[in-house]
Amino acid sequence: MLTPTICRMEVEAARLAAAALPGQFLIVRATENGERIPLTISDYDKDAGTVTIVTQQIGASTTEICAMNEGDSFADVVGPLGVPSDFTEMSAGELAGQRYIFIAGGVGTAPVYPQVKWLHERGVAVDVIVGAKTADLVIFRKEMESVCDNLYICTDDGSEGFKGLVTAMLEKLVNEDGKSYTQAVAIGPMIMMKFATLTAKKLGLPIIVSLNTLMVDGTGMCGACRVTVAGKTRFACVEGPEFNGYDVDFDEAMRRQGMYRTHEQEADHKCKIGRGK
Amino acid sequence: MANRIPRVPVREQEAKVRATNFEEVCYGYDEKEAVLEASRCLNCKNPRCVGACPVNVKIPAFISRVAAGDFSGAAAVIAEDSSLPAVCGRVCPQETQCEGSCILGVKAEPVAIGKLERFVADWTRENGGLEPVKAEPNGHRIAIVGSGPAGLACASDLAKLGYDVTVFEALHRPGGVLEYGIPEFRLPKDKVVAAEIAQVKALGVKIETNVVVGRTVTIDSLLDEEGFEAVFVGSGAGLPKFMGIPGENLNGVFSANEFLTRNNLMKAYRDDYMTPIHTGSKVVVVGGGNVAMDAARTALRLGAHTTIVYRRTEKELPARLEEVHHAKEEGIEFAMLTNPVEVLGDEKGWVRAVKCIRMELGEPDESGRRSPVPVAGSEFEIETDTVIMSLGTSPNPLIARTTGGLETNRRGCLVADESGVTTRQGVFAGGDAVTGAATVILAMGAGRKAAAAIHEYIGGKL
Repeated sequence: MLTPTICRMEVEAARLAAAALPGQFLIVRATENGERIPLTISDYDKDAGTVTIVTQQIGASTTEICAMNEGDSFADVVGPLGVPSDFTEMSAGELAGQRYIFIAGGVGTAPVYPQVKWLHERGVAVDVIVGAKTADLVIFRKEMESVCDNLYICTDDGSEGFKGLVTAMLEKLVNEDGKSYTQAVAIGPMIMMKFATLTAKKLGLPIIVSLNTLMVDGTGMCGACRVTVAGKTRFACVEGPEFNGYDVDFDEAMRRQGMYRTHEQEADHKCKIGRGK
Repeated sequence: MANRIPRVPVREQEAKVRATNFEEVCYGYDEKEAVLEASRCLNCKNPRCVGACPVNVKIPAFISRVAAGDFSGAAAVIAEDSSLPAVCGRVCPQETQCEGSCILGVKAEPVAIGKLERFVADWTRENGGLEPVKAEPNGHRIAIVGSGPAGLACASDLAKLGYDVTVFEALHRPGGVLEYGIPEFRLPKDKVVAAEIAQVKALGVKIETNVVVGRTVTIDSLLDEEGFEAVFVGSGAGLPKFMGIPGENLNGVFSANEFLTRNNLMKAYRDDYMTPIHTGSKVVVVGGGNVAMDAARTALRLGAHTTIVYRRTEKELPARLEEVHHAKEEGIEFAMLTNPVEVLGDEKGWVRAVKCIRMELGEPDESGRRSPVPVAGSEFEIETDTVIMSLGTSPNPLIARTTGGLETNRRGCLVADESGVTTRQGVFAGGDAVTGAATVILAMGAGRKAAAAIHEYIGGKL
């Protein structure tokens, strides 16, 4: 467990690990009767044939995942899914002049890590802003420090680093500290990505966001993940999950994300009774 | 005269009862009924039914064995041409294929070929199954993408010829549309689908689930790194279409694919599964095909008052007659000559109604069907909690995008000839991935033709 509600685990999946690239995700089913849960890939080891996933307990299924022990198996693991980050397609020449700023929120810090690592290994300048409610909830601190040029931690309560929002930090870096970036990437709660995009726009900075929409199959079949991007309906699972932040209709995406919230709360409720608490 | 016997009716679950459960609608024939119905077949010298079957099951030959009470003999005849008889007996559009061409149908009712096929398959399964005919291995490895009807038919034929066949399935259960698309009440999953897939596996076919070709592996890596000599792509038409009208992304608007996948593959209707599904008390299903009927009948069983909205008339409904008939019996409303123009939402972004316009049939279009034209000023609202879009599907672009040299047409379908030969050497394709959304049996026919073409290709390479 990285925090009381966030757990990290390594999963054996050789084919998946061999094919994985930054920006992609996978889908797991904890048990034979479980839901298909999309999770981001937070690291992969092609030699060992393993991928690392980070899960935050939100509802019944994610609680089930976090309750698993070392040596347990998922009923199913499938991936990698989604389109890899744009920079994985860029040539060394194209990458040379880039200066990236990542904005990570909460559990969104996990999928930021492989992206930063990938860029760092190729000599690209990368700064990272990590936001969390309080210092205890900051995850991947050490890992991130080892692969980025500068790590800026923001907490809501000021228990570590900058007291305030990641967006304020971004503005401070650019406007006061004289930092300049060619590309921002935000991964975290939808609301954070919305405001990170608004801030980036104000600063004239291009921004990529990674949308954690609802999904069933993750291969383009169900359309549960549909989002409006630049006025067009796109499927986050096969055309994303990363999109140009300027083009995303965040309000619609947030509304759609909550579609099963009542169901989820009921499921959660049932689950607690079952435990006899 | 045998044909004086009227077609033997098939027993079904009573409409009022079945509208509240997911048990199979049709009970099928028992032995006595099957023998009697089989005795109606005239055993034509030039049987038109065989030619009308996409996989050319030797229909009079199997039916004459049923008439003689030799049910396992009948099963062996069917198995020569079909690997999924219990499925086909349940979901084929017999009225436009075998039964539609039955000579008895000219003056009376055709032989119930579908129900007889189903009987033979069910009887065989319940009595220990057929002994699988295992071929001498020939050492050649073939990869198949997708474990739906096309892939399974192709795999079976190749395995019978001695090939070492591996099927890759993206989802966690094999079967493709048989598993995620067609509901339990029409096609039982454990009893029928899993059992028929087990028969395919008994031929030596390996099935790997949770492998997305185009992501986990690619066609190139299968051919160049994993040692497969040819690949058959039967990846289906999985991408749902939407209408492109305002309000389509409101909460409560689903593709039929999502709705059915949640309920079929993910078993949302069962209390022991965690999958959520949303219906509310009223559901509108847009479309008139088999998938629309399946979605509507599923919504009804989940407790919703359900209306099917279709822009042409009942005569043009593309669904099987039996499905339309069953849907009506169960109490589904049919709003024909009606087309949605907008989905209306409440202040929280949930569906509240569908705004529709009345249609009338105009001049015939190039397909010969009279095309529906909106009646100006006839807009009206249907109040609803859920809208299910069942407008057809198109092929998933993932494989075409990740495989060099594989051409697609403007509808996104893979380009392949009659025998499944694509524009890339060693890669064959068939089923919905090539034709766009069609039927189980047409996909199986394409899978069989491709198996023959692969056999020829490998033979030519030697």
